Amino acid sequence: MNATLARLRHALLRLIVRPRLDLPLALALLLLAGVGLLTLTSAADLDMRVIAAQAVRFVLGALLLLAVSRVPPVRLRSLTPWLYAISTLLLLVVAVLGEGRGAHRWLNLGVLRFQPSELLKLTMPMMAAWYLAQRPLPPRWRDLAVVGLLIAVPAVLIAEQPDLGTALLVAAAGVFALFLSGLAWWRIGMLLGALAGALPVAWHFMHQYQRERVLTFLNPESDPLGTGWHIIQSEIAVGSGGWFGKGWHQGTQSRLEFLPEHTTDFIFAVFAEEFGLIGVTLLVALYAFIIGRCLWIAVNARDTYSRLLGGALAMSFFVYVMVNGGMITGILPVVGVPLPLVSYGGTSAVSLLTGFGVLMSIHAHRKLVDSRD
Amino acid sequence: MLRRSALKDPRREHAGFRARAWTGYALILLALAGLLTRFVWLQVVQHEEFVTRANANRIRLVYLPPPRGLIYDRNGVLLADNVPAYRLEVVPERVPHMQAMLQQLAQVVPLSAEDLRRFRDELAQHRPFQSVPLRLKLSDDEIARFAVNQWRFPGVAVVPYLMRNYPQGKLFAHVLGYVGRIDESEQARLDPELYAGTLQIGKSGIERQYENLLHGKPGYELVEVNVDQRPLRVLERVPPTPGRNLYLSIDARLQKAGEAAFAGRPGAAVAIDPRNGQVLALISVPSYDPNLFVSGISDADYRALLDDPDKPLLNRALRGLYPPGSTVKPFLALGGLELGLRTPQDTVDSTGEFYIPGQKRGYRDDQRGGVGRVAMVQAIEQSVNTYFYRLALDMGINRLAAWMGKFGFGRPTGIDLPAEASGVLPSPAWKRATFHEPWYLGETVIAGIGQGYWVVTPLQLAHALATLADHGVAHAPRLLLAEQSGMGAPRVPTPPAAAAPSLVTRAPDWDTVVQGMLGVVNGEKGTERGLGQGFPYPIAGKTGTAERYSRTTSAYDTHLTNEQLAERHRALFECFTPAEDPRIAVVVVLEHGAWGGSAAAPIARKILDAWARERGLPDTPLTEAPPG
Repeated sequence: MNATLARLRHALLRLIVRPRLDLPLALALLLLAGVGLLTLTSAADLDMRVIAAQAVRFVLGALLLLAVSRVPPVRLRSLTPWLYAISTLLLLVVAVLGEGRGAHRWLNLGVLRFQPSELLKLTMPMMAAWYLAQRPLPPRWRDLAVVGLLIAVPAVLIAEQPDLGTALLVAAAGVFALFLSGLAWWRIGMLLGALAGALPVAWHFMHQYQRERVLTFLNPESDPLGTGWHIIQSEIAVGSGGWFGKGWHQGTQSRLEFLPEHTTDFIFAVFAEEFGLIGVTLLVALYAFIIGRCLWIAVNARDTYSRLLGGALAMSFFVYVMVNGGMITGILPVVGVPLPLVSYGGTSAVSLLTGFGVLMSIHAHRKLVDSRD
Repeated sequence: MLRRSALKDPRREHAGFRARAWTGYALILLALAGLLTRFVWLQVVQHEEFVTRANANRIRLVYLPPPRGLIYDRNGVLLADNVPAYRLEVVPERVPHMQAMLQQLAQVVPLSAEDLRRFRDELAQHRPFQSVPLRLKLSDDEIARFAVNQWRFPGVAVVPYLMRNYPQGKLFAHVLGYVGRIDESEQARLDPELYAGTLQIGKSGIERQYENLLHGKPGYELVEVNVDQRPLRVLERVPPTPGRNLYLSIDARLQKAGEAAFAGRPGAAVAIDPRNGQVLALISVPSYDPNLFVSGISDADYRALLDDPDKPLLNRALRGLYPPGSTVKPFLALGGLELGLRTPQDTVDSTGEFYIPGQKRGYRDDQRGGVGRVAMVQAIEQSVNTYFYRLALDMGINRLAAWMGKFGFGRPTGIDLPAEASGVLPSPAWKRATFHEPWYLGETVIAGIGQGYWVVTPLQLAHALATLADHGVAHAPRLLLAEQSGMGAPRVPTPPAAAAPSLVTRAPDWDTVVQGMLGVVNGEKGTERGLGQGFPYPIAGKTGTAERYSRTTSAYDTHLTNEQLAERHRALFECFTPAEDPRIAVVVVLEHGAWGGSAAAPIARKILDAWARERGLPDTPLTEAPPG
């Protein structure tokens, strides 16, 4: 008992005194979280409860990051099928019992309400990496089919909630694992061709509001007071920011509430309005650095599982930025994808930071031999 | 080799991963660069347009209508001001179901059919986000009822505004006129910038004449609003320039005294300062309350005014047309002297009947049997028709019309009020043009006593009288004495109109005529003897009894009662004082008066009394020393 306590204390101490972190990535994340809080403070119109709640999530996420970073990839790998199975099962439970405004996303555990779909953002690339890592690479049609199925089951379940944004992110994570595993270009080409052919089918299975979003995206002025309002007001916010922006907390579009969802999905527009093109460029550069650093960690990982997992996580981080940025500038449809670590919202920040915890772990365990474990 | 080994090759996998990872990263950077390009497009290339649209989102231009200028009499008595009131306004784009809303609203605040009609008209002229007035002048009770129910009516609000008010009520209605809602035709010709936010415009009287001075210039506020259009702060404010305050030459005391003297009998009175043409009183009885028109008169009220047989809406002083009757005699007498047709000593025998040589028809004197031989002074004093029949005949109609035209008969006086009638000064040319008929000599004869086609407005007669009183110098009648750019600002006097050269070439001619007019009031046989009793200055006057209906017979009818005569005649009286140096000229017309003297003259005396109580008006009132 004493020995257990002592080991726990020892582990906690090491966690704090000598965290196994990649310093550039940690600093970049810290910077991003700072920018996120700053932007949120303005977007939430100095509402301290919102900022405090977000800060609490960051702290929670940071703790998870530190904790996960201690778990060796080998352990993660062995747990992967179980984690994937459990999270997919939870999706099924949500589909039957879930609650939420208009969409069944949430699972109420009495003390904690959370979206199981967030778990898949992590367990999906883990599962894809787990499968591919034990297959001869590059993958062939059979592997492709298996991974495709592994992706499709949760993705469809999430899309049916309906939560197109998360489904997209989950699917992307799996697809990136495939891409990084060396899937032949000609196969990729064929897949893209098949995808294009499947678009009308997807259209058929889409919810009405999702179709409307796509239609509105294609022509926002067709419905300037309805769904097009988001896109138009967001473009106005971004465009009126100009080179240098209107200054922190000076954005009229958000402050006067012309911009809807300005603390969550459209917070990037607030940032663009207040900090201008200069600010946007710096922020995108920060994201590019984080993605690049994560890929670098993945490249230097110890085994194929770690590499594929790290690379897929890095690249799905890009999907957040791209889909959100494309949405607020009107080049992509309105899909509920947050701007990572900037948008207000609990589970996304926590799951993202957990993902970075995995990357930190991969980084920490990059050496082939780890004497301490 | 297509078929690869099933064995795992960690080194090759690592190398393959490295290539894929950096290829992927290159694609990611490319995509992010593409995203940034989009930002450049929005934030640099289209920046200006989006700035405009962001401002259009948040900035609302709110016009601030200027407070209308106040109107005072010459002594600073307030005649028109603005009082705070409340109205209902509707922002159309915020009302989901206009028809249903109006129906429900009518149960809370009464809306007349007129309100609704006007509202619909204005609705068509406004943009959906612009506020449209629905009901003016809400009562306290209505405001309270609406406040309780306001939540049911999004887009409807109670808005404070300044409402025109006429504290003196009907006393000055025919001078001031009134303001009313801007109608469609006015809307079309008004400068929209200048009238932005203004609901009312001068419709008649001074309010209309000096609309450009009274209106002022609107200001505006740039207001920042949020997405609910709730105003958050004022970004910029340009205050309105209030309309100019006007000081009229009218003296409220004279106006009041005169109006009271009519005791409700229809008629008109005008008092003018002969030295400068300033109008001291302009009375038309009956009158109406101009406040009724300010917020849109109700149909019932309007109908009552229109149906009143005494026609309270008619401005008798300005537009009432009356045969001048004997009041023209002094003018004719002066003409006889000036044209060299008469000397003061020339006499005419009044026998009771006058005949044009060679004609059978007789023209009667007022007194049966005549008054015997009279010279000019007695002829005026006793209003001897025969004297003036002959004079008119000797003068001839063309010279008579030309002479009388110099006093302003037959054309508008040019007073600063709209819609003045011009009257008729008959002449052969006029008759030919109007009736395509030749002129008859008999018409010249009756022109000598102001009968026939000859009609004047009371203002016209007063102007002619003032011209006579100022030794033949005509000053166009003026109501505007001074203007002022704001409370406490210096009063800028209106520059006097250029006076015409005197019509009197020999002073004794004027003295003769005035002597006759003095006799009317003071002489033993004067038609108005006794009128000047107790008055501090000598009064020169002349009566006139104009026929209301054309006479079909020359026979006397002594059986008519006074009431019946009153129905047939109009009593006129003209006078000025002090006789030697006139400072006030008054004309009174009483529509149902039996005889000029007994009915109209006392009204004139009341006006003169009011004037004299203040020992006459100060010589140069309201004119302040020019700055510097």
